[in-house]
Amino acid sequence: MKIFAKDRDGKEIEIEGRDGWTVMEMLREAGLPITAECGGACACATCHVYVDEDWVAKLNPASDMEVDMLDMALAVQPNSRLSCQLTCTEELDGLKVTLAPE
Amino acid sequence: MSEHNPIETDVVIIGAGPAGLFAVFELGLLDLKAHLIDILDRPGGQCTELYPEKPIYDIPALPIVTGQELVDRLVEQVKPFSPSFHFGEMAAGLTKLPDGRWKLTTDAGKELIAPVIVIAAGAGSFVPKRPPIPGIDAYEGKSVHYAVRKMESFRDKHVLIAGGGDSALDWTLNLAPIARSLTLVHHRDGFRAQAHSVNQMRELVAAGKVNFQVASVKALHGADGQLRAATLLGHDKSENQIDVDAFLPFFGLTIKLGPIAEFGLGLNENMIPVDTGKFESEQPGIFGIGDIITYPGKLKLILSGFHEAALMAQAAFHICRPHEKLRFQYTTSSSNLQKKLGVNG
Repeated sequence: MKIFAKDRDGKEIEIEGRDGWTVMEMLREAGLPITAECGGACACATCHVYVDEDWVAKLNPASDMEVDMLDMALAVQPNSRLSCQLTCTEELDGLKVTLAPE
Repeated sequence: MSEHNPIETDVVIIGAGPAGLFAVFELGLLDLKAHLIDILDRPGGQCTELYPEKPIYDIPALPIVTGQELVDRLVEQVKPFSPSFHFGEMAAGLTKLPDGRWKLTTDAGKELIAPVIVIAAGAGSFVPKRPPIPGIDAYEGKSVHYAVRKMESFRDKHVLIAGGGDSALDWTLNLAPIARSLTLVHHRDGFRAQAHSVNQMRELVAAGKVNFQVASVKALHGADGQLRAATLLGHDKSENQIDVDAFLPFFGLTIKLGPIAEFGLGLNENMIPVDTGKFESEQPGIFGIGDIITYPGKLKLILSGFHEAALMAQAAFHICRPHEKLRFQYTTSSSNLQKKLGVNG
């Protein structure tokens, strides 16, 4: 599986997906500047991404904890998610995300 | 302030997270006195700021412990050594004195002099998150504020608050009665803040005393640091402009490396390279422990910070007490150490 990630300058890269990894881990592994300062504990809102509109409905909905934590993210939009809460599966093959500003 | 300025001590530790706290213990066993500086207002660093209630499972001999419990236990463990904490202050400058010691200056103007400095700053200093609004920095300090220092300065002003946490809601409730107008914007009609604050806010909205909009701040307008208006963007892409004299964004804290970058420590990807025998940086007398350092095989784990603190303390002893012999002892058997810890009599 692959995911596509756009950095803050609009450059898109393709990342080979790894089953069971979170999208945050894949973005970080690919060298994208994602802060993720709490390391994936849904505790800091610094792994904020925008999910491509076509994909929003295909993802598992955000948990209450994630929705609450998004209150601490900047420039939140209806398609905002915390990438540490998105786990890669075959169903997400082709997922497109954009890093949110920080 | 009753303390002398400058303060002279054995070791100054930058950062009161788990690594910095345990360093106090290891230094204390060797009779070295420590002062700790932290920009936060309490000990614990990321453990208490980011995940106080989340369980940690990889602390040796503690199968499960929350971030707050771990910090509480460390604070308890270092009590016999009565470290001096300087909370709410950031290490701002570091210079070498002619006598070989280091002088550390805080952003509050405090000076601490010691032969050994230990940087245990994690990923850096916690600072308020700055919303990505073009030109916001030009208003900071004058009409954009990340904290309220004096409520009176908002009297009769058009105040705009952004955010959905406790700070945003608390200041909405506190400033609404004295502001000329108060607008709260948040990205959804739901809040992570305490329910009773949210209810009180909704009552003020119903009474026409607070204007709440599901929106974000798109642009700021003003001149010479003084805001005049803001453009708000709703989720339906509609825009409206409101009068604003003061803007208070409350999105919590994030971590920035800060002044440590200027300390001349040869940073590698924002981390301090150290040797693995002493955990000393390329500057003699400046040590690093915990997440801020890098060396071959480094793991950013709390338990690694503990090990690094123990070895650092041994090396720090030789700098602080050059004419004394270090006697390595165990807390299980040494009555001398047990006396320092206040146990066994």
